[in-house]
Amino acid sequence: MRFSLGKFTLPVYAVLAFIYLLIPIVYTFVFSFNNSLKTNLIWRGFTLDKWTNVCQREGVCEALSNSVMIGLISTVVATALGTMIAIALVRYRFKFRSSINLLLFLPMATPEVVLGAGLASQFFNLGVQKGIWTIIIAHIMFCLSFVVVTVKARVASLDPALEEAGRDLYANPRQVFWRITFPLLLPGIASAALLSFALSFDDFIITNFNAGSDMTFPRYVYTAAARGVPAEANVVGCAVFLLAILIVLSTQIRGEVKRRRLAKKH
Amino acid sequence: MAFTAFGSNNRSPSNKPRRTGKVVIALLAPGLAYLAMFFLTPLFALIMVSLETPDPAGGFAEYVPAFEFGNYANVVSEYLPHILRSFGYALAATVLALLISYPLAYFIGVKARPWPMLQKLMLTLVIAPFFISFLLRTLAWKQIFSNESWIVSSLQDLGILDQTQYVVGTPFMVIFGLTYNFIPFMTLPLYTSLERLDTRYLEAGSDLYATPAKVFRKVTLPLSMPGIISGTLLTFIPIAGDYVNASGDFLGSSSTAMIGNVIESNYLQINDYPSASALSVILMGVILVLVSVYVRKSGTEDLL
Repeated sequence: MRFSLGKFTLPVYAVLAFIYLLIPIVYTFVFSFNNSLKTNLIWRGFTLDKWTNVCQREGVCEALSNSVMIGLISTVVATALGTMIAIALVRYRFKFRSSINLLLFLPMATPEVVLGAGLASQFFNLGVQKGIWTIIIAHIMFCLSFVVVTVKARVASLDPALEEAGRDLYANPRQVFWRITFPLLLPGIASAALLSFALSFDDFIITNFNAGSDMTFPRYVYTAAARGVPAEANVVGCAVFLLAILIVLSTQIRGEVKRRRLAKKH
Repeated sequence: MAFTAFGSNNRSPSNKPRRTGKVVIALLAPGLAYLAMFFLTPLFALIMVSLETPDPAGGFAEYVPAFEFGNYANVVSEYLPHILRSFGYALAATVLALLISYPLAYFIGVKARPWPMLQKLMLTLVIAPFFISFLLRTLAWKQIFSNESWIVSSLQDLGILDQTQYVVGTPFMVIFGLTYNFIPFMTLPLYTSLERLDTRYLEAGSDLYATPAKVFRKVTLPLSMPGIISGTLLTFIPIAGDYVNASGDFLGSSSTAMIGNVIESNYLQINDYPSASALSVILMGVILVLVSVYVRKSGTEDLL
C-alpha cells in the first residue's frame, strides 16, 4: 500500500471536524446544569433546578410560547402555499416559468437584514403596528421558498402511473388528489413543515426588525446577551435540540426498518 | 434538507408536464401573490425609503419622499470600511468553510459509501448545530474564548497573545464564529455533489498514471463544482448580511462592525431609515450581481 497513512487521515479528520461542530452544543448542555445566579458565565456546581423550574425565570417561557405559536401558524400557511406551488412547477408546463423560479429563489438569496428592513419599511409605510402578526407574515414569506424546494423533490419522484391508475378506475380529480397524490407526497410535506418550523423558531434577524415589543425566544436571548444569558435559556435551547434530534433519528430509523422489511419480502 | 436540493437537478424523468390551465393558476396564485406582497413590494419600499430626505418641518426621525441619490454617496463615504469589512470577512469565512467542509463532505459522500447508516449518522451530526439556537451556540464560543477562559490564559502564557490581548472582539473571533455557524450550508451541497461522483472516473485517472493530486485537480474538483458554487453562495450571502457574530454583545466589538450592524443600529436604534435602506440596497445589489453570475452559469431550473 502506497498511501497507508492516507487511509487514516480522512477518518481522523472527520472525527476532529465533528468534535469542532459539537463543542458549542456540549458547552450549552453542560451550562444548562450550572447552579448559576443571574448570569451563567462561571461554573458554580451541578443542579437540576434550571431544568425543573424553567419558567421561574421571568420572560423565558413567555418568549418560548410566542415562538412556538409563531412557528406553528407560519408553518401551516407556508407549507400549504409552498406545496401548491411545488405541484404546479413539476406537473404543469406554463409561461414565465423561469421568472417564477427566480421569484422563488430570490428570498433565499436575499440577506436577512435586507428582508427584515424591507418588510419593516413596508409596515411603516402602511402604518401597521409591529407585533406577533407582523412576525408571522415575515416568517411565512421566508419559509415559503424552502417548502417549495423540499416538496418539489418529492413531487418529481412521484410515479404518475399511480394517479393514472386512479383515473382509470373512475376516481374524480379530487379523489385522485386526496387518496393518491397527497398520501404519497406526505413525507415530503412533513419534512418541509419541519424545516419551516425550525427556520421560524430560530430566526432572529428578520424577526428583530418586525417584532415591535413582542418577544420571541431568539430575541429574548439577544436582549439578555448584553447582561448575561440565564441558564434557563440554555435549558430551552437544549430541550429543543433533543426534540429535533429525536425526530430526525426516529424518521431515519423508521425509514431503515421499512427498507429492510421491503428487502426481505422481495 | 432544502440545501441539498441546490446541488441537484430534480428534473422529472418520465412524466411530461401538462399544459397551462385554470388549475395551475389556482395552485400558483396564492403563493406568488404572497411573495409579491411581502417580498417584492418591500424591496421596492426599501428603495423608496433609501431616497427620502429629512422632513424640514418635522421632528426627529421624520422623513419625506424624495429622490435624494446623495444618500448613497453619503453612506458609501461614511461606511466604506464597514462595507469592505463585511465582504472581506464573508470572503475569509467562506474560504475557510470550504477548506474545512470539503474533506469532510468527501469522506461522508465518497469514502463512507459502503456504510449508508454511518453516512446518515454523519449527516445528522453535520446539521446538529442547526438544532441548537443560533444565538446560544454563538454565545457558547464567546464563553469558551472569554478573557477569563483557560484557552486565553494559556495562549497568553505561551506568549502567543500579550498579557493584555484577548480573543473576543477581534476580527479573528468574528471570522471564526461566522465560519462555524455557516459550515453546514457549505458541507451539505458539497456532499450532494460528491455523493453522486462516479468513482470509476477516479480509477480511470489513476490507471492513466495521474498522481492522486492530479486526479483531484483534474477529475474530482471539476465534477464537484456545482456543489462548490452553491455552497459558496449559500454561505457567502448570509455571512455578508449577518450582524449577530460581529455584534459587541457576541463575538465582536465596535472595531469589527459589519454592514448588518450598521443597518441594524441605523434602522432600529437611531431611526435613520434612509441610510439603513441605502446600505441594504447596496448589499442586495452586490448579492444580485453574484446570483446573476450563478444563474448565467447554471440556469434558473437548478436554482430550486
